[in-house]
Amino acid sequence: MTTAVIIGILAGAIASGASVLYAALGETIGERAGVVNLGVEGQMLVGASVGFVVTAVTGNVAVGIVVAALAGGAFNLVFAALVIHRHTNQLATGVAMWILGAGLSTLLGSRFVGSRINGLQDLELPGVASLGPVAQILRQDILVYLMVPLALAVFLVLFRTRWGLRLRAVGEDRTAAIAAGLHPSAIQYQALAIAGMFGAVGGAQLALSFTRTWQDGMTAGRGFLAVVIVIFALWHPLRTIVGALLFGGSVALGLALQVRGAQTSPFLLDMLPYLLTLIVVLVWGRPKAFTVPMGLKAVFEGTAR
Amino acid sequence: MADVPYLPNSLADAFKRERLQNLASPLKWLAWVALAFGIFSVILLAYGKDPVQAYSDIFNNTLASSYGMSEVITKMIPLVIMAVAVALPARLGLVNVGGEGQLYMGGLFASWGALTFTHLPAWLLLPFMGLLGFAGGALWAAIPAFLRAKGWLLEVFSTLVLNYVAILAIEVIVFGPWRDPSSANYPQSAQFVGAGWLPTFAGTRIHLGIVIAVVAVTLFYFVLKRTRWGLEIRAIGGNPEAARRNGIPIGWYIVLVLAVAGGLAGLAGMAEASAIYHRLSPGLSSGYGFVGFLVSWLAGHRPWAIIAVAFLMAVLITGGDILQISQGLPYAAVNVLMALILLVVLAGRTVRVAR
Repeated sequence: MTTAVIIGILAGAIASGASVLYAALGETIGERAGVVNLGVEGQMLVGASVGFVVTAVTGNVAVGIVVAALAGGAFNLVFAALVIHRHTNQLATGVAMWILGAGLSTLLGSRFVGSRINGLQDLELPGVASLGPVAQILRQDILVYLMVPLALAVFLVLFRTRWGLRLRAVGEDRTAAIAAGLHPSAIQYQALAIAGMFGAVGGAQLALSFTRTWQDGMTAGRGFLAVVIVIFALWHPLRTIVGALLFGGSVALGLALQVRGAQTSPFLLDMLPYLLTLIVVLVWGRPKAFTVPMGLKAVFEGTAR
Repeated sequence: MADVPYLPNSLADAFKRERLQNLASPLKWLAWVALAFGIFSVILLAYGKDPVQAYSDIFNNTLASSYGMSEVITKMIPLVIMAVAVALPARLGLVNVGGEGQLYMGGLFASWGALTFTHLPAWLLLPFMGLLGFAGGALWAAIPAFLRAKGWLLEVFSTLVLNYVAILAIEVIVFGPWRDPSSANYPQSAQFVGAGWLPTFAGTRIHLGIVIAVVAVTLFYFVLKRTRWGLEIRAIGGNPEAARRNGIPIGWYIVLVLAVAGGLAGLAGMAEASAIYHRLSPGLSSGYGFVGFLVSWLAGHRPWAIIAVAFLMAVLITGGDILQISQGLPYAAVNVLMALILLVVLAGRTVRVAR
């Protein structure tokens, strides 16, 4: 393989890993607060459809992203109300939120299938063009550039602030948190609202920058892979970057092989991200006793109803 | 747990269990479903459609017409089977969201039988296809089951992700080696020989798969209530730690139960391929795996309730097809309605909180 191909795959890995990273960061926040949310796929679809439709109508990408984030936050508050206030089963509620989000996004987007938008533009940093082939890697949109700073921010908030400490305390042991005078429900609502925004921005990035079209079910399981990546990352925000890049890399690798005329079915190459993510989580991410937030243990042991 | 300070966990749980019993009545259930219809009506209005017209379209073309009813029953067959494929593992404490993939794998294996052994008579070919279908679904479900039994990865995540892999595998095959040259525009396998068609009842699409559905529910009820396996399954589902200390081999139960569930889903796939499409098609399922999941959770994983809920969902699915034609509503609209129903019913039910 030539350097050009490798650089192309690297650039593609970063671009296609971005949406998954956003979703995985959001899920990390939620799970650290003690809630597993399988509705990420739904959040992403809501974010993608709202972001696309608002951008198509207003012609302004920034407005599209902001409205998508708000919609994702509101969407996840429904989930939060059900699991926190009504104590519904987190896994089943998550699956229902996925189906709901998928259906709503199809309804919303149905009149915009095939619409063209002026998507998110790549940043033109000064001096990048002079870097030759490497410039391709750096030619990304603002949401991609924010990947690492955001992951770092989530890390600092979770592990270096009082709010993060409280959030993790709630995720470890809700009863002890109550005894300590905290309000677990309030903290979980906040965590899930933020998580919903992250998921929706991830979906919006996919629709506004990566594909620049709206298609039903366009996230194609990225939300579920994000949840798997959180496990791989052992609930650590910075490790999710690695997981997201591995996912993005397998997407980019599949695309590169297709472009170069590999003698295999394109559908076979499309399996790569799913299989690779599963294998990677099995090799490195088997939940280890001390990293699982204790509040999730019931869910992970299948004893939660 | 609500934020009630100074209330010990054990007491809070006791209160909740009592409320569960109060809320579980069918009347409450209906009230919650009505709320879901209410929310859905608002969504329809927002979409610029008349909800009353939509509901009457659904009613007139399903419950009020004999053809419509036959279509509803046809759709009930896979729904009931898929719901049992969710309910059986659920009683063990497992969440099987992989019905969709298991269905496709069953369809794939059964289609291989139908396309390969074209000279067998129907009485031999159909049971053989059923066996293959069961094996395909069971093997596909055995992967997440193994990972779960080893304690490596929760079955929820692996079954969800493997759905996508299974559907891609079908596409690899129908776009590739099995592509029917005579259907140029639509990727699907060649048609099965007549012996590979599951018989249907006079003039309808209701097929012999209905026997599979009835047997699946009955066996589910019988095994759970009347056998030692059922007792041990319920024991594990109730308290895995206690079950383990009593010497119940939990790992084996996880693998066996998930494999049987996958096998059932595979049978549904075989029946759809054989009776409805007469070929392997990427459109084999139209979401039966996910609707089956909703059915099982709505029915509280109880065998007879599954039949009632599957009927309601089959009406909505059939209605979804009709709304597409009569109102120009995307089919996804009924998915919204079905998800709303599950969400409000889950919310209405207060469940024991695990510690």
